[in-house]
This record gives sequence, C-alpha cells and structure tokens, in this order.
Amino acid sequence: MDDKRRMVIQGIAALIQNANFRGFFTGEIYGGAVKNVCVPGLNCYSCPGAVGACPIGSLQSIISGYRFKFPYYVLGLLIFFGAVFGRLICGLICPFGFFQDLLHKIPFPVKIRTFRGDGLLRKLKYAILITMVFILPALFKMTPVFCKYLCPSGTLSGILLSFTNTELFAVLGKLFTWKFGLLIFIIILSVMISRPFCKYLCPLGAFYAPFNRISVVQLAVDKDKCTHCQACRKVCDMCVNPAEHPADAECIRCGKCVDSCPADALRLSVKRKTIT
Amino acid sequence: MKRKYQTMAALILSAALIIIGVMEGQNRQVFVKAVNICLECVGLG
Repeated sequence: MDDKRRMVIQGIAALIQNANFRGFFTGEIYGGAVKNVCVPGLNCYSCPGAVGACPIGSLQSIISGYRFKFPYYVLGLLIFFGAVFGRLICGLICPFGFFQDLLHKIPFPVKIRTFRGDGLLRKLKYAILITMVFILPALFKMTPVFCKYLCPSGTLSGILLSFTNTELFAVLGKLFTWKFGLLIFIIILSVMISRPFCKYLCPLGAFYAPFNRISVVQLAVDKDKCTHCQACRKVCDMCVNPAEHPADAECIRCGKCVDSCPADALRLSVKRKTIT
Repeated sequence: MKRKYQTMAALILSAALIIIGVMEGQNRQVFVKAVNICLECVGLG
C-alpha cells in the first residue's frame, strides 16, 4: 500500500464517518439512528458532519451519569473494534489521525523523529485514559473531563459549528480559548512530529494498544524472507521495529513498513502463519 | 494458538457486553448524547 493509496483510504474513512455534509452548511448536527453506534476512530459527535457517536465521549457520558452505570455497550464496541483491527484504526480509519498525517506533510525545516523522554511521554496516553476517561468522570458527575479539557476533535467541531451558528460563536469563552490554544499547539507539533496526539495523548489509541497482540488483523513477518536490513524500522513514524516487534503496542498498522521492505517480508494480514 | 483463543475470547466478551448494554438501553443513552451538541466537547463548558 503506497502513500497515496493510504491517504485515499484515510480520506474515505474520514468522509464516511462525517457523511452528514449538509451539517457543514447548516450548522445542525445529524440526528439519525446511526448515532446509536460509536465510530471506531476519534470523531466528535458534535462535529456537524458526524454520523456516528464518539466512543470516548460516549464512554464518559455513561460513566459520568447521575447514577453510575458500567459502560457495557461502549466498552463492548471498543473491545470488538480492538479485537478485529487493533491500532489499524489509528493508522487508517481515525479522522484525527488523518488530520495529523496531512499536517505532517507540510514542509518544515525540522522534522523530529524522536527525542529524549519520548518513550516515557508515550505512557501519558494510558494515564489520560485511566484518569480523564474513567476515574474523573465517575467522580465528577456530568463532566466528560477528557472532552471538556483536552479533546482537540471537539475543538475542531466547535470551530466548524461556530462558522454557521452565530449564537454559538457569541458565547465562546475561556474554556474555548484554552482548547483552541491546545489545538493550535497540537497542529504546530503535528507539522514537526508525526502524530503527536496519537503518540502522547490519545486515550482511544491507549485503549486499542493492547489489542495489537491479539487482533484479527496482524502485521505478519516472514522470518525466512527478512534480511534484517532495518528498512522498516527506519521508515516507521511511530519508531517501532516492525520486523522484531510486529505486535508492538505503538504500531498503528499504517503499512509504511510493508511498502519499504525490499524483501517483501512484511504484510498486513488476517492469517497468522507467518507471524512471529 | 493461544493468541487465537484470546482473540475469540475478546470477540465473545465484546458481543456479550454489547448485548447487555443494549438490554440496559445504553445505546439510547449514547444516541441522546450524540444527537445534541455537546457543550463541553466544543469548548462551551
């Protein structure tokens, strides 16, 4: 899968999840039955184009209800997505991942692959998942903490809505200023670093990460063909060594390593025969 | 082989959770939240 094809797949996935095109012009969000179901990627349900529900928002919405409820439904959907795709969702399906990929294509003199503390900082997304998505919403009722204070997808939705909804634009305050600043920071960072939000902050990526080991879709390595040339490691934006650790929790199954392998030893597959 | 069973277990668990969730009406809860503008999400608090 070459870069162009990957971008087309990501674009189509983003369009499918935001197929309410009328909403972008009217400022009204979609209210059809599909919103009973969560989409696999990070896509705010208040985006005027969104046709499905955001899984992270839905999770917090149920947890932070007046009476605590275990979020069976949303967790079930997330486990299903994780068990089938793993972090392939991040690599090919998530609209916010696609947004960051587009930003990273902007030419910039300094493109940072990794830095000191990168590995440690990547643990932050797990802390965000546990605290901001599970614990804090359960403690502070009716407060989706992650959506309120951190989610840049929601901020994008706010911006898109305020274009057409002047009443909404008039009441944007301090919270929006904070979220807007954070979005700008993530945008600038995305130009320099590949997918900074996915690497360090995304609770959805943190949820799917452990499923990379057991998901139906796997990155398969043919050990007989692999020449250990390290081409896959060098091309990986997530700084994974796919030939050695094909089920690494940080691998987003974008397929760049598959393209780069001169020995054709890597492939995205549902078969497990060649998996190490 | 162990991985295959783990995948199966995860898929069965997910199906069970979805069924319980639907029986509890949690899909409606998701729907109600999703069809209204989430003020916290868009930055209005």
